[in-house]
Amino acid sequence: MILAAATLAVLVALLLGVIRALRGPTVFDRVLAANAIGTGAIMLLALIGFLTGRPEFLDIGILYALLNIIGTLAVLKFFRYGDLSHPGGKEPGDA
Amino acid sequence: MAALSEIIGSVLIAVGAFFYVVGAIGIYRMPDVFTRMHAAGISDTAGAGLLIAGMMFLAGFSLVAVKLAIILGVILFTSPIATHALAQAALHEGLEPVGVGNKVLIGPGAHPGPEKIGKAAKNETRKPAIRSARKPAKSPAAKRKTASAKRRTRS
Repeated sequence: MILAAATLAVLVALLLGVIRALRGPTVFDRVLAANAIGTGAIMLLALIGFLTGRPEFLDIGILYALLNIIGTLAVLKFFRYGDLSHPGGKEPGDA
Repeated sequence: MAALSEIIGSVLIAVGAFFYVVGAIGIYRMPDVFTRMHAAGISDTAGAGLLIAGMMFLAGFSLVAVKLAIILGVILFTSPIATHALAQAALHEGLEPVGVGNKVLIGPGAHPGPEKIGKAAKNETRKPAIRSARKPAKSPAAKRKTASAKRRTRS
């Protein structure tokens, strides 16, 4: 019962995150919303695993948690340098 | 005893779900990126932490609890890293946090101020609509208050 209510709450949170990802005025709003949606997906997987009595879903949750940070950093690096193989550091035009 | 751990787990899950929705509402309603990051921090720490702690109470001492602990550890380590990288990238882009400088946050003349600072701000002309919207916020009482504040700083 409480698990179903928590699943519903996480679904509402995911809906708000999707709305922010679609409306976000800057690319950073969208990246932030994508990060929040990733965390919400992990929580949803864990809760549905408990709800259906199949805790094997938690393995997928661990994988999502590890991929989430990599995806966020990759998108941020791409939008800053325009190239994922850029070594980083200062850009030529930087003060 | 099993019933007691179930009650504790249910209460933790309920409180965690509440914090999760609060953080999501913050992500939806806050005025700019930096405040939205602050709201995302609520759902990443309090929300996810309490939800996973509750599920650990439901699972008891088992491999499931260990997996939940691993998920919680990964989230607690990576969420601040992502937020830090996001804030650094946003500042590098020239976004100014809301509430910095001479801006009105609440009231009839509320406006978030210019979106960009530094090099990016010079390329944009300021919109006159923002200035006219700010004027009615200053009543004579508020003017007197700012004048007295100026006198205090001068002396």
